[in-house]
Amino acid sequence: MTSQTLAEIDRVVLPAAGLDDLFDSLHAEGYPVLGPTVRDGAIVIGPITSSDDLPRGWGDEQDAGVYRLVRRDDDAYFGFAAPAGTWKRHLFPAHSILWRARVVRGAPVIEENEDHPGRRALVGIRGCDLAAVAVQDRVLLHGAHPDPVYSARRADLLLVGVACGTPASTCFCTSMGTGPSVGGGADIAMTELDAEDPARHRFLLEARTDAGRAVVARVSARTATAADDDAADAVVRRAGSRITRTVDNAGLPEALRAGAEHPRWDDVAERCLSCGSCTMVCPTCFCTDVRDEPNVLAGTDDRVRVWASCFELGHSYLHGGSVRPSPSARYRQWATHKFSTWWDQFGTSGCVGCGRCIAWCPVGIDVTEEIRAVAAGPTQEQGVADGRHDDG
Amino acid sequence: MSTLAEPRGPGVAARGSMTPIPHRVVDVVHETRETVTLTLEPVSDGIVAPVAGQFTMLWAWGAGEVPISVSALAADGRLVHTIRDVAGVTKTLCASRQGDVLGVRGPYGCGWGIDAARGHDLVIVAGGIGLAPLRPVVHAVLAERSEFGRVSLVVGARTEQELLFRAELDEWWHRHEVDVRTIVDRSSPGWSGSVGVVTGELVGLEIDPASTRAMVCGPEVMMRVVAQHLTDRGVAASAIEVSVERNMQCAVKTCGHCQVGPFFACTDGPVLPWDVVASLLTVREL
Ligand code: SF4
Ligand code: SF4
Ligand code: FES
Repeated sequence: MTSQTLAEIDRVVLPAAGLDDLFDSLHAEGYPVLGPTVRDGAIVIGPITSSDDLPRGWGDEQDAGVYRLVRRDDDAYFGFAAPAGTWKRHLFPAHSILWRARVVRGAPVIEENEDHPGRRALVGIRGCDLAAVAVQDRVLLHGAHPDPVYSARRADLLLVGVACGTPASTCFCTSMGTGPSVGGGADIAMTELDAEDPARHRFLLEARTDAGRAVVARVSARTATAADDDAADAVVRRAGSRITRTVDNAGLPEALRAGAEHPRWDDVAERCLSCGSCTMVCPTCFCTDVRDEPNVLAGTDDRVRVWASCFELGHSYLHGGSVRPSPSARYRQWATHKFSTWWDQFGTSGCVGCGRCIAWCPVGIDVTEEIRAVAAGPTQEQGVADGRHDDG
Repeated sequence: MSTLAEPRGPGVAARGSMTPIPHRVVDVVHETRETVTLTLEPVSDGIVAPVAGQFTMLWAWGAGEVPISVSALAADGRLVHTIRDVAGVTKTLCASRQGDVLGVRGPYGCGWGIDAARGHDLVIVAGGIGLAPLRPVVHAVLAERSEFGRVSLVVGARTEQELLFRAELDEWWHRHEVDVRTIVDRSSPGWSGSVGVVTGELVGLEIDPASTRAMVCGPEVMMRVVAQHLTDRGVAASAIEVSVERNMQCAVKTCGHCQVGPFFACTDGPVLPWDVVASLLTVREL
């Protein structure tokens, strides 16, 4: 490898049959790997020890309220769209213990959770999900009080992105500027090429950071040619042209704010079950509840944090009531937060266009349609608000 | 998860953003049937001194954590909080006794614009427990009385028995440095003051709208009515501050519970100018 120049290491081609070389290199660099894998009829994110753990030959079909795996007629390793599982689960756990208190000499002593997973590589993360990590970074890392649990899990990540060649009907990354190519934040960007032809099935690897270069330098690969680059460009171009769902972001934050009393919120509330499924699958949703879990026998008190959802009645609980008792107000909070107020709060959209909330809504509500309807019209007659509320 | 870190000595923890700092209860005053004022002292290290209008997260062992506003500023790392028992964690906190150890995180949020009020008339309007976060404002005014113009304090409560800091209100009233007015929803035997809603008392106040600033804290409906009354009389919406209350679990803009449109009550608030929140607090269920 030492004879290779840096430029040669930056863009190399690995035959699909040699994919395990990449995993070996990652392991040699000290990175346990997380990646997509098939479990219970869905693609989730889990530990990957070799290419055998990847969803080779599996594709997916996603639509409003629909997610199913389908057999592909090739051996593509990454021939699916947004996985059912999220990477978020591994960076911002659904359940974590923030600290544990015990009594020492009459006073509580509080020990923080210093669990630190160390180096990990996320292999096969899509542009949309990479953007979602960047969104969560803004919320949980770049505020005045970085979140200790997230920062420990985020610190030593190596991000190996993969360009998306097979978007689902639910995807709208192109509208949100997050895909189908691998955007910023990746240490290595991969593109899977010619999966239909076993003889030419290969990966273009592009090392973008020193950490990425250190891994790629260990792989037995040839330097990429202009033909490889063209093939990779074509994958992304073709994928982009197959994306049909759209969100028009121009003026959308303002339009949603102005549309707080639009009757469409009541309309969608007639269909929405307030199940919160959309928030659980979303890679950017960050709401959590905290609670104490005392253990009388051990003499300890754990501060536990779990994912929460703005669809729960108790989410806005205050003095015996909820600020948002109606499902209409809760749907409005969710959608308006994603596409409007997130900008005010964090300088970015809260949506990356992965489409999971559309596929995983049991009644097939499509957020892009709902916000389009609100943004379209000043129909203010009988919306969520008939006027002022009468709390007290 | 793997192991939790070893203790670093009694009462000392690494200060993660979610980790309470142990404080001992050194004084307990039962203000009314359902409110208690606790004075806390750090077990070892304390927190940064709060300013008027800020809050801390108070933690009681095994019960949990709630946001409680600072009801007086004290020296030597002492903290003064007035808590209303609305069940749950607040019940446990209200039952605290001298010597108990509680946890404190903070201080959090944006406080009252006391500096902006210097050289102005000041109208302070408090409803119920809303007097707690405003009490340090009154203390600040009295400490530097000549810095402010005409200062009025209108305090509303459900009944006379529920008037907070009753002795102090009397003392302020006797000093004649602040125009103190009280009004209750329901009269009780012996009550000779006003009865009705707080705006009833505001009507009688002389207000020079151009030089008036206002600070309002109480139930949201009361704050809306008061702000409306003041703006109707020509006070600029930007000169009126309200303290917004929401469900809070982290206080550091990461749990999502306290959102009011684009704002997080925990960090952008709790004190917010009326001109920026009026449109949000007048939309139902926002
Ligand atoms: S709101 Fe829906 S499409 Fe947007 S990031 Fe969340 S799950 Fe994906
Ligand atoms: S939009 Fe769909 S997934 Fe989200 S809460 Fe409503 S029914 Fe559940
Ligand atoms: S209290 Fe958690 S975000 Fe404000």
